[in-house]
Amino acid sequence: MGYKIYINGIGSISAQEEDLFSRGSATIYRENIFPAISPNYKEFIKPMALRRMSKAIKMGVTSAKIALKEAKVEVPGAIITGTGEGCKQDTEKFLENLLDLDEKLLTPTSFIQSTHNTIGGQIALNLGCKNYNVTYTQNSVSLETALLDAQMQFNENPEIGSILAGGVDEISEKITSFQKLDGQLKLNPIKNLDLLREDSTGTITSEGAHFFVLSKEKKENTYAEFQSVSIKNVIKPETIINEIENFLAKNNLNSTAIDAVILGKNGDNRYDYFYKNLQRKLLKNKPQLAYKHLVGDFDTASGYAVFVAAKILKTSKIPAILKLNNVDCKIPKHILIYNQYLGRDHSLMLLSAV
Amino acid sequence: MTNLHTELKESIIEQLNLEDMEPADISNDEPLFGDGLGLDSIDALELIVLLEKDYGIKLTDPAQGKEIFVSINQMAQFIEENRTK
Repeated sequence: MGYKIYINGIGSISAQEEDLFSRGSATIYRENIFPAISPNYKEFIKPMALRRMSKAIKMGVTSAKIALKEAKVEVPGAIITGTGEGCKQDTEKFLENLLDLDEKLLTPTSFIQSTHNTIGGQIALNLGCKNYNVTYTQNSVSLETALLDAQMQFNENPEIGSILAGGVDEISEKITSFQKLDGQLKLNPIKNLDLLREDSTGTITSEGAHFFVLSKEKKENTYAEFQSVSIKNVIKPETIINEIENFLAKNNLNSTAIDAVILGKNGDNRYDYFYKNLQRKLLKNKPQLAYKHLVGDFDTASGYAVFVAAKILKTSKIPAILKLNNVDCKIPKHILIYNQYLGRDHSLMLLSAV
Repeated sequence: MTNLHTELKESIIEQLNLEDMEPADISNDEPLFGDGLGLDSIDALELIVLLEKDYGIKLTDPAQGKEIFVSINQMAQFIEENRTK
């Protein structure tokens, strides 16, 4: 790979306001399922198009447009979307209609919009973009798979100047509550900021959309360099350190070069031990950060980690609310992101300052 | 304006998610598609389902929709003449 990939624009919609970095304080929730904070979608999407869209589509289209505007890109060379569970709200509507109307007289809208690739399709329609458009559904490595494909697209197609890649997931009344039945969510409601102090099973969940404009060209407003992403569906806890050392070595780095690590800790005492070796050994003396106590855990929540890493690298500021330890770093150069869910679908991402 | 006109407008607003719109905002002779209300082909499919579900009218020829879905007045007249429930 003889080129670098830069993050030139970011659109972030989550359960936290986008100005967390300047405000310093976080929005507090006392439920285990909480919604993303909606911007005024009418500023981004025409009312006649908006009326049919579920929240995932609204969040996806809006965050994509914010990212493109920031990067000053009108039509990207590719649109690559990751979504773990797709458009659940329309899926529920469609299935409820199917039951209520005894499998007859089904209305088309919710069916059409229930498919996972609706988000990428609606972004393309909105932009008039007829370029490469793919959606990946790979549980909690859906966003990472989209980013991996973006890297490959840059590699294989020298004509592509910029790619819009991101991840979207929404909550829905019924399907999200199945996670509770499955033991993926905490039994009793907790305060989100207490998540990482909890010693119980399950986590808290929410929704969000994060789109990134990746480009081979560094600009004035570039956030960071997107160095690499690695995905492994299964890793033994005792080999995590090895995996990370190998990943860093492939990027010509070692652990001493890492200035901060962002961990996908989600307060589930059955699986958070995957992060322990890393915290106690390899990156013991590095700033350790977490984010799921702010935005909940969902399949593409790691988009918030990429957003946070890019912001830290651009501003050299680490909000106290993200910190898991008291180690400080004045000017972070390399940030490692490690995430897993239910002990599966491990991902590593590396971002560097420009 | 008959009850059917109002009922139709309410159903259309609900079924087609015409947010921020009241029945009074739709005039009886306003074109539903194109320059008027601005409905599109997906809405046409929703209206076909609405006719069958609420009034028992099954459109066998989808081309009929072009004549029926011209305006609220036209729709109401067609329903009055063909409804089975």
